[in-house]
Amino acid sequence: MELKDFIEKFAEQFDDTDISVFTPETVFHELEEYSSLIALSIIAMIDEEYGVIIVGNEMRSSVTIEDLFNIVRSKKEA
Amino acid sequence: MAYNPFTLEGKKILITGAAGGIGRATAVECAKLGATLILTDINEDGLNSTLAILEGDGHVCLTANLTSQEALDDLVAQLPMLDGFVSNAGVTKPTPVKFINKDDLERIMSINTFAPIYLTQRLCKKKKFNEGASIVFTVSVGGVFTTAPGNAMYGSSKGALQVFMKNVALEMAPKVRCNSVNPGMVNTNLAGRSYSDEDKERDMQTYPLRRYGEPKDVALAIVYLLSDASSWVTGHALIIDGGKTLY
Ligand SMILES: NC(=O)c1ccc[n+]([C@@H]2O[C@H](COP(=O)([O-])OP(=O)(O)OC[C@H]3O[C@@H](n4cnc5c(N)ncnc54)[C@H](O)[C@@H]3O)[C@@H](O)[C@H]2O)c1
Repeated sequence: MELKDFIEKFAEQFDDTDISVFTPETVFHELEEYSSLIALSIIAMIDEEYGVIIVGNEMRSSVTIEDLFNIVRSKKEA
Repeated sequence: MAYNPFTLEGKKILITGAAGGIGRATAVECAKLGATLILTDINEDGLNSTLAILEGDGHVCLTANLTSQEALDDLVAQLPMLDGFVSNAGVTKPTPVKFINKDDLERIMSINTFAPIYLTQRLCKKKKFNEGASIVFTVSVGGVFTTAPGNAMYGSSKGALQVFMKNVALEMAPKVRCNSVNPGMVNTNLAGRSYSDEDKERDMQTYPLRRYGEPKDVALAIVYLLSDASSWVTGHALIIDGGKTLY
């Protein structure tokens, strides 16, 4: 799985945040548009696209998009 | 014996989803109050753990996948005449509308809505209820009294069940009563680990009584509806939610 691809799919869950905002280092909890519904959308996207179940605490402990990507990748390989 | 209008002495009660959470707590309380129980769930190990902690004798476990028509027929064929039926098995998967898919939706509706309907239908058709029997559905505040992000599938399944409850109450009167309990968030394994501890802590603060429910909080409300203490109550949705719906 590709980080670039993951970031694109992550960004798709937002409607009003400019695509240029999303990088591996983006601290996504601080984005103005981030909400509990977007968090659930990201969890559902990861389930649908990667077949990986992310739990609430993993979402919470990921600071950047790359942190979350790394959790998804390690769970996918496990 | 001391005065107890909530006694379930001499009553035979069927409980679904009795392997854990609210179903197990309901079994424990009903047994303490003298009922003889028939417990069912898809999870056999969990059912046996519930059985092991029950007071009194004569309780039985029947493992069944309630979404299977054959399993429902088998289950009903093994049942004695009932004084109570607690339809409690349920599942959820918090999902935003745009991620709803056929597998998840059909699974949630089959367990939360169709299984209770088909099981009730069979119990009525086979005349399994004694005079004065009581049916209780574990519905939810979700879908019926509240909406929340990601709750569309679960809420739809429970909204439909709520309507079904009222229709059963009307058709089965005056012989059998039928009501629902409608809990807010309760500490069980239902929602899995979808929400972080931090999210839960924040959410709890939106409850006037400042905590989530415990399974026993709901079990004791179910006891009331099963007992003769509620003999003039039918078609009612009993909210147990720490005040959540006051807002
Ligand atoms: N926990 C809450 O916050 C909450 C709030 C409102 C309503 N409820 C409702 O309470 C009821 C009990 O849930 P709980 O919170 O105790 O969760 P739980 O997960 O502990 O219990 C649900 C039980 O249903 C059983 N089950 C699932 N699919 C089944 C199937 N196909 N056949 C037979 N059994 C099956 C499970 O094995 C489990 O033992 C559910 O209907 C739920 O929707 C729960």
